[in-house]
Amino acid sequence: MSNNVLLDVQSAGIQFGGLKAVSGFNMKINKGELVGLIGPNGAGKTTSFNLLTGVYVPTEGEIFFDGKKINGLPPFKVTRLGMSRTFQNIRLFDELSVLDNVKVAYHSLANDSVMSSIFRLPSYFKNEHEMENKAMEFLKIFELDKYKDETAKNLPYGKQRRLEIARALAANPDLLLLDEPAAGMNPFETKELMELIAFIRKQFGLTILLIEHDMNLVMGICERIYVLDHGVLLAEGSPEEIRNNPKVIEAYLGEEIV
Amino acid sequence: MEWLQQLINGISLGSIYALIALGYTMVYGIIKLINFAHGEVFMIGAFIGYISIAGWGLGFFPALLLSMTVCAVIGVVIERIAYKRLRNATRIAALITAIGVSLLIQNGVIYLRGAQPAAYPDVFANKSFNLFGAQISTQAILILSVSVVLMLILQFVVHKTKIGKAMRAVSYDAEAAKLMGINVDNTISATFAIGSALAGAAGVIFGIYYTKIDPLMGVIPGLKAFVAAVLGGIGIIPGAVAGGLVLGVVETVVSALGFSPWRDAAAFIILILILIFKPSGLFGKNTREKV
Amino acid sequence: MMKKSKQFWGFTILAIAIFVAIQFMISGGFLNNFYSNTLIFMAINIMLAVSLHLVIGITGQFSLGHAGFLAVGAYVSAIMTMKLDLPFFAAILIAGIAAALAGLVVGIPSLRLRGDYLAIATLGFAEIIRIIFMNMDYVGEAAGMQVTHLTTWTYTFICLFVTILVIVNFTNSRHGRACIAIRENEIAADAMGINTTYYKVLAFAIGSFFAGVAGALYAHNFYIIQPSNFGFLKSIDILIYVVLGGLGSLSGAIVATILLTIVSTFLQDYPETRMIIYSLVLIIVMLYRPKGLMGKMEFTDYLKMWMRPKGGSQHEQ
Repeated sequence: MSNNVLLDVQSAGIQFGGLKAVSGFNMKINKGELVGLIGPNGAGKTTSFNLLTGVYVPTEGEIFFDGKKINGLPPFKVTRLGMSRTFQNIRLFDELSVLDNVKVAYHSLANDSVMSSIFRLPSYFKNEHEMENKAMEFLKIFELDKYKDETAKNLPYGKQRRLEIARALAANPDLLLLDEPAAGMNPFETKELMELIAFIRKQFGLTILLIEHDMNLVMGICERIYVLDHGVLLAEGSPEEIRNNPKVIEAYLGEEIV
Repeated sequence: MEWLQQLINGISLGSIYALIALGYTMVYGIIKLINFAHGEVFMIGAFIGYISIAGWGLGFFPALLLSMTVCAVIGVVIERIAYKRLRNATRIAALITAIGVSLLIQNGVIYLRGAQPAAYPDVFANKSFNLFGAQISTQAILILSVSVVLMLILQFVVHKTKIGKAMRAVSYDAEAAKLMGINVDNTISATFAIGSALAGAAGVIFGIYYTKIDPLMGVIPGLKAFVAAVLGGIGIIPGAVAGGLVLGVVETVVSALGFSPWRDAAAFIILILILIFKPSGLFGKNTREKV
Repeated sequence: MMKKSKQFWGFTILAIAIFVAIQFMISGGFLNNFYSNTLIFMAINIMLAVSLHLVIGITGQFSLGHAGFLAVGAYVSAIMTMKLDLPFFAAILIAGIAAALAGLVVGIPSLRLRGDYLAIATLGFAEIIRIIFMNMDYVGEAAGMQVTHLTTWTYTFICLFVTILVIVNFTNSRHGRACIAIRENEIAADAMGINTTYYKVLAFAIGSFFAGVAGALYAHNFYIIQPSNFGFLKSIDILIYVVLGGLGSLSGAIVATILLTIVSTFLQDYPETRMIIYSLVLIIVMLYRPKGLMGKMEFTDYLKMWMRPKGGSQHEQ
């Protein structure tokens, strides 16, 4: 196995009660790739994300991240290994300021102890200072710096999506998982967002896996695409191969978007 | 035949818990609220029974029916005044309100009549007969038969009547039930009415069996009935009955083994064990938050 | 960062001023015993409210068992001074540590639960703690335990100062932010690399520590402690301070505690009236202003808003 592989999923799956939500899921992502995961509604895309990030513990198969087995690890440990994510239904820290939302993501990269924060030791000030600077850097990239003191829940929808990505990025991931980042955005916002994703990918040397419903968008930016249907992998390949795959066309027949 | 005696005592106590637990479980099932004031409805039920027997000279059954009716009304009033506005509030806000209502009723009753206990009148000659060496009092028989009859009626109402169907539909999915033309508000009120009537009946039975009632009598049985509901799987009607009986028997056994000061701790230890190891209860299914 | 140390010195100077003023009034005889006792009682209540605020308001973990930790602190400190003849300050410290340990024992299993299940589990634990003291011959069972009066205004004030300082500093650090993140969205906090269990338990243990310290002061202020002082109702009392002030607002909790302590001092001889007022306040606040007096705002937020020129925030779209 080449050590260029960042994420290696080997026939992973999960069963809820008697229901197999996802099974026999195989996926390999190389460092630096931008990979799409598509499929009709209820195909198990978000469930696969939850398997990768440790929200669910797989009932079958194994998942390796950067050569380390990660199935069974809780989400916060997976994040610390270098995989962070956004959520389909935005999950910001609503009552915290925009700046603090990003600072929270920087949490596990700081090292001031509880005692040093209670007694306000120098390491507390040093870390707070660093966190603030880093967070501001990310906010600037996402053009959110002027909203830094705004409460997160007061941001307009599109900016909330951006903030969620900024926050995921602040956790310093090697692999970024985006769950329908463009959901609910208008075409203009979507285009802007896609350019931004391309930019951060280059800037931070990221590997990205994204779930998307908008096929045009996925076809436009992803280098490789995985297609899920009814919890099993239907196809895998370049956008061109996926576009012409009869099984994919069949699965999407009757769906509103193709 | 000591153990048979204890078993009968335990089942008698347990059926009181079960009657109260039914109200907790039905209300939780339908609006996900731990109705802390339920123990107080039980207390009011006991006092209404007391007033109608000792004050107005009613017999047991008229007193029981009167108490159930008044409690049903009180339950609906509480729901309409305090809880209805909270349907979309956070669970914590609802829980705090319920605690507030509970304290208000307790202290309101103390304010009106004082905190001193009242001695329940005897309605039945305290005869007892011998079964395999165990002394069984007429009260025990009474408790058991009234509880069983009420539970059978409840079972019938929930499964065979229109309102029962509506209750099950609302507890499954209130939004969908509304779309199907079910009057959700009335259904919730009906649930409170039925649950409170059962608590009222439990109050009268408790008074007759333990002969002493006071304004704070609802606190501990209320909490324990809640434990019973959790034990059986909150929201599940047969679970509440089973949980109540198990709890009653366990408490009686703990006392019989000579640990009566620890009797109250037993219920809470059961509660914590069940919450930690199987929060969905003995009869429940596991559910988890959708991510 | 200058801003934060300025706030700290402001707080310290204000605290010393309050302390000196009241100490002067006590030693000068302007405040009789009744008033100075009320002040001590108020300070103990504030410590309880602020420590519960960390658990409920900041970390979002709904505990209904705070009186249990108060009881641990009260009994342990009383054992230290009455049975082992240790000095009072040592007893206070040991009481805090014992309560924090009790907090760990309760918190580690129960903090996996959420919402009202957690509330009920903590209630159950607090009752068990009370029943244990009620059955311990060593501490006088239900009759309780005699305790010497050792709590003074100075002791109380120092403890109160430390409690508020520690909890404020904890809250305004990455650790406190982690706790708030858990309150706001536990799943997202977990996904951002925060060990949610660790922080929930930590907040619970710190909260229990200060409840224990408050318990030591409480026990040595009343001549006698009994298990019945630490029942479910006591937990509710503390909860009311936090809820009325506004879940998430430390200054709100303090203001509510001061107000309610004054009210309950006046109604001391009419316990039912007091409880009727309390419960009505609770119901009305939950129905008409569920975020409490101050919501999640602090005094310093109001000051900032007041001093900032208007038009501070703007929206697009």
